[in-house]
Amino acid sequence: MSRIEGSSGGRRRVLQVKFVSDDEVLKHIADDTGIKVRKDKPQPSISLKRFVKKLENISDDEAQEILEEKTYIAALGICAQDPVGNGTSVSGGEVYSFQTPKRSSKMAELASELAHTPEQSVQSDHSKGSEKTAKTPQSSSKAVSSFNAFFFFQSKKKEFVSTTPYRLRKRLAAPDSYLESESEYSASCSEEEDEEDQQEVSNVLSGQKTPAKTKAAPTHPARNSLAKKNKEEKMSNLVEEYFEAHSSSKVLTSDRTLQKLQKRRLNQETLRDLLKKAPLAYAAEIKELNQQHESLFSRWMLQLHLGFNIVLYGLGSKRDLLEKFRKSLLQDSVHLVVNGYFPSITVRSILSSITEEVLDHIGTFCSPLDQLEFITKRFKEDSSLELYVLIHNLDSQMLRGEKSQQILAQLSSLPTVYLIASIDHINAPLMWDQAKLSLYNWLWYETTTFSPYVEETSYENSLLVQQSGSLALSSLTHVLRSLTPNARGIFRLLAQYQLEKKDNPSYPGLSFQDFYQQCREAFLVNSDLTLRAQLTEFKDHKLIRTKRGADGVEYLLIPVDDSTLTNFLENQDEDV
Amino acid sequence: QKVQEDLNKQLLDNLMSFLIRPHSEFQEKTTEWTCRMKFREIPTAALVLGVNVTDHDLTFRSLSDFLQNNITPYIAFLEAKDCPGIKNLMQKLMGQLMNCYINVDSLEDEDCVQVSQNRIRCSMSSLIKWYESVTKKMDSETPSKKRTSSSTHWQSPPVVVIFKDMESFTTKVLQDFIVISSQHIHELPLVLIFGIATSPMIIHRLLPHSVSSLLCIELFQSLSCKDHLSTIIDKLLLTTQFPFKLGGKVLQVLINLFLYHDFSVQNFIKGFQLCIVEHFYSQPLSVLCCQLVDLQKRVNSLSHDQCENIRRLPSFRSYVEKQEAGKQVALLTTDNFLKEETHKLLEDLHVYHENYVSVLRCLHVFTSSLPKYPLGKQIRELHCACLENPVWETKEYESSLQLVRMLSKSDLVTMLQQCLKILLSSSGKEFDNTVEKLKEFLTQFQNLEAEAFQGKGVSVSSQKELQKKTDLYHLQKSLLELKESRQSKKLTKFEMLRFEVVDYIDNLVRKYLVPADHRTLHEILYFNTAAVLRGHLNAAPRTALHTALNNPHWYLKNQALKCDGGSISNKAPDICIVYKLHLECGRLINLVDWLEAFSTVVMAGEEPNADTASSDQMDDVIHARFIRAVSELELLGFIKPSKQKTDHVARLTWGGC
Repeated sequence: MSRIEGSSGGRRRVLQVKFVSDDEVLKHIADDTGIKVRKDKPQPSISLKRFVKKLENISDDEAQEILEEKTYIAALGICAQDPVGNGTSVSGGEVYSFQTPKRSSKMAELASELAHTPEQSVQSDHSKGSEKTAKTPQSSSKAVSSFNAFFFFQSKKKEFVSTTPYRLRKRLAAPDSYLESESEYSASCSEEEDEEDQQEVSNVLSGQKTPAKTKAAPTHPARNSLAKKNKEEKMSNLVEEYFEAHSSSKVLTSDRTLQKLQKRRLNQETLRDLLKKAPLAYAAEIKELNQQHESLFSRWMLQLHLGFNIVLYGLGSKRDLLEKFRKSLLQDSVHLVVNGYFPSITVRSILSSITEEVLDHIGTFCSPLDQLEFITKRFKEDSSLELYVLIHNLDSQMLRGEKSQQILAQLSSLPTVYLIASIDHINAPLMWDQAKLSLYNWLWYETTTFSPYVEETSYENSLLVQQSGSLALSSLTHVLRSLTPNARGIFRLLAQYQLEKKDNPSYPGLSFQDFYQQCREAFLVNSDLTLRAQLTEFKDHKLIRTKRGADGVEYLLIPVDDSTLTNFLENQDEDV
Repeated sequence: QKVQEDLNKQLLDNLMSFLIRPHSEFQEKTTEWTCRMKFREIPTAALVLGVNVTDHDLTFRSLSDFLQNNITPYIAFLEAKDCPGIKNLMQKLMGQLMNCYINVDSLEDEDCVQVSQNRIRCSMSSLIKWYESVTKKMDSETPSKKRTSSSTHWQSPPVVVIFKDMESFTTKVLQDFIVISSQHIHELPLVLIFGIATSPMIIHRLLPHSVSSLLCIELFQSLSCKDHLSTIIDKLLLTTQFPFKLGGKVLQVLINLFLYHDFSVQNFIKGFQLCIVEHFYSQPLSVLCCQLVDLQKRVNSLSHDQCENIRRLPSFRSYVEKQEAGKQVALLTTDNFLKEETHKLLEDLHVYHENYVSVLRCLHVFTSSLPKYPLGKQIRELHCACLENPVWETKEYESSLQLVRMLSKSDLVTMLQQCLKILLSSSGKEFDNTVEKLKEFLTQFQNLEAEAFQGKGVSVSSQKELQKKTDLYHLQKSLLELKESRQSKKLTKFEMLRFEVVDYIDNLVRKYLVPADHRTLHEILYFNTAAVLRGHLNAAPRTALHTALNNPHWYLKNQALKCDGGSISNKAPDICIVYKLHLECGRLINLVDWLEAFSTVVMAGEEPNADTASSDQMDDVIHARFIRAVSELELLGFIKPSKQKTDHVARLTWGGC
């Protein structure tokens, strides 16, 4: 990235010099710090942290040496269980030579992430005093080094991977639990014990773990949460642990966020493109599975006609299967396809499509129950009227409610309405009680397809997928269009300011006073109150967000990413 | 296929008839009792129906039909889900009453009813007005009609309100309704019927004393669902009426579902229907599964392929092997001979059924009253046991015969008489001998009785003698003598006869209760794939998901996926890997860590390619794959996004804390 500031780059150089001792580690840490410098931009108190971080890293290589003797943290102890793992951390380079550079960088990222965690404590400690900071970095650096060793070991393991994939997986999964052990000692006890059991080691490790714990306690004395933890640790009984795990989940995992990791978030389209590129694994087998299921089509048909309804379950998208069923058998008959996964589907819309499209009824109903009654009546009157209803994802968010299920069940119990549905959620069968089950009259078919849920998940706003800017953009323009020119100007001003400052990661937003000044200068508002009223309107539309800074000043921020904002401004310019 | 539909219809008819039967009993009572209606108190019937909620629907429907035909045209049928408040309840009530009013005399001016329906002011007073008008009209307008109808309906027919599921009504609504209606009981003869699923105590729990004192409750217990089940099994399975039969395992599955899952007769019927459908669908030879009358025609119309199918049946093959060489060739080559043979065999099978059922019932007579019920109390258990394997080889059979050998004479005689009745009522021709034999036994027993009577006289006299000799020594001596004589006397005549009877029954059992799958061509009539049935009726979607995720090899037959227990190879589908990784985590999962772990696993699984240019692209692809897998897991309900921390997801399943 081009935004690396000179000073931080210099610092990195310093670090690099210090890390010559182990070139592999050097590479990682170099990478980390690079990444970290980039990542840390959005964070406010950057300089302090940098400084601390440096300290921490300096002591890192010392720790590297004593690492083998000092089984400092239990997770490391796990490594030490295996004599091979312990001994080869130095000769890990040879192992590494097998790895692709890509992989090692990945590992480095992991390591960096791990190193990042202790940094938090440092950060909080920093104001307390310098001697304390000197102390904490050391401990945390040990942690870092142990992490590194851990990964050496892991990579060593990787060599055996082809034979013991399970072990590998264990290793890989370890970082998570490891982190827990790192930041929350008492809670991690049980976790680690689990792992011990799995590795068939008990006595040695527990011995190692206890010192680790006791040592850990004094190293972070200033950390309030941890101190509390230690207190609780004394009454180490299961109940406590349970509540701990449930009350304070904050410390359980690492603090890394995707924002720091990824240069860009994938949006929906790129994601889809990428996935298209990726070959579907085991296509042949999946096809075979599907063919097995397809052979059931005529049987389904028969059973539907005999008054049963069919529900499909099993892993994998059953959409294509149902589509195929529809195309092959239902072409000539009246059928209704309900995409349950669609986020705005309702029972009412299903019923209306039946009344309007199938029964050609024009008119409205005051409640779904009335509508259902009408439908029931019509179907009972005219026994030649047949309707196939295909519901993808009967257990989706919108349809899983008690009332909707009741209505659908009643609908499906009509003798000439044939329902075939699919469910995916693990708890889907809990939707139905006895009465509903008897109304549905299900026949269960297991159709595990292993095909990806492409359509179904495209509506699920995943955390990982960037919300495509287009939607946000259109909503922005839409709202803005309905506002007065003055208001538009105000928003524009804020947006421009935000874009100007986009290079500053610690930009807290525009303070209210400054904003007021600017607006006055642009003749957009004439009083404090007008601006406030305007801002309230923005807030109601979720166009801006206000945050109170440390000094009590109100900061204004547009919670839209930069590219969207730029686009928006360009559009505005065109309009004007 | 027509056959199936016929069967289904018959089946439902059966069900209806048997459901009505128990309720007609109630109704007899209800009618009598509504006559002596008390003032001020609302007569109420509480039907305790048991937990098989799904069957209630049918019961109530038959009940209301019955009421409609015999007692009153005014029936309202209320369900809890329609009545969240007293207003809705009244609306519903009015609506239903008005409607059935239209039904009763359709001559009525419909307009006025329609109008009134539209602007109902739902109150008790309007209801009363309506009721008065209706009864008046009945009196005035249709006097001729009244004559005829009065035989079935009374002068002022009561309005029956049925609360289908009393437990799910809100207490407030019920209380209000009862209090209001009790105010109007003089003008409006109201009868309430509560359907109760749990216990009659629920009435008192739902209603405070002040309200329940307004009711005059009479309790009716409906038959337990187990009785229903036995009736059904009796009527459907243990008859020769339907050629279609259930195999032992299938029946076991159905009964287990019933007993352990839902107590729902309806579901049992559904399962039975499914069996029929499956059988006719999957077994090409099920054409031959028909009444004996049609058999000849159908056998003759068999095509060559179907004949081949018959030859392929395992039971038929073993049958052929037992025949002599010439016949074997004929059976395997000429279709016509095969057809004749098939016809004969199928007829045999039908005869076997007839015999089977009667002998089964006889055996049941013997075993059902034994202590501890070694062969089960219900005939269905016995039936299952007989279907599974030769019953005489089982330990239970052994012990029950032992017990039969110790039965007293009077018991034995009554049992024999019952058997005789059963055998006489059965249409089997082979039982003539048996019947005679049994009769012979009976007469022998009677003879014995006569002899025993004399013997008794003797013993009585000896008793008297004993009483005379009161001194201890003589008493002791005579007791010893008695003991000796008992030991020395090998077996009395009665005992001999008893052994004979038991042996005879044993022979009968061995002869007729051969398990069905030992019979040739049983595949045609018996449905035996229990696994299919279980899969469709009692599915385990969670397990399916779990195996798919844990052990993809189960579904995808690929060598690369084959792995030893618990572990997973890094070549598995993405979602499996992601799932496995997530299993290792606590309640919260950091997405970044997860992604790291995932990419490491995936990369390890792939060929190490050195060029960095493509690796960058690969990275994106992996990222995309990860995103897809995670959102799939989200869809499946394993995780959900968490607001507690940025970029974290919460785990929802199995040890998430």
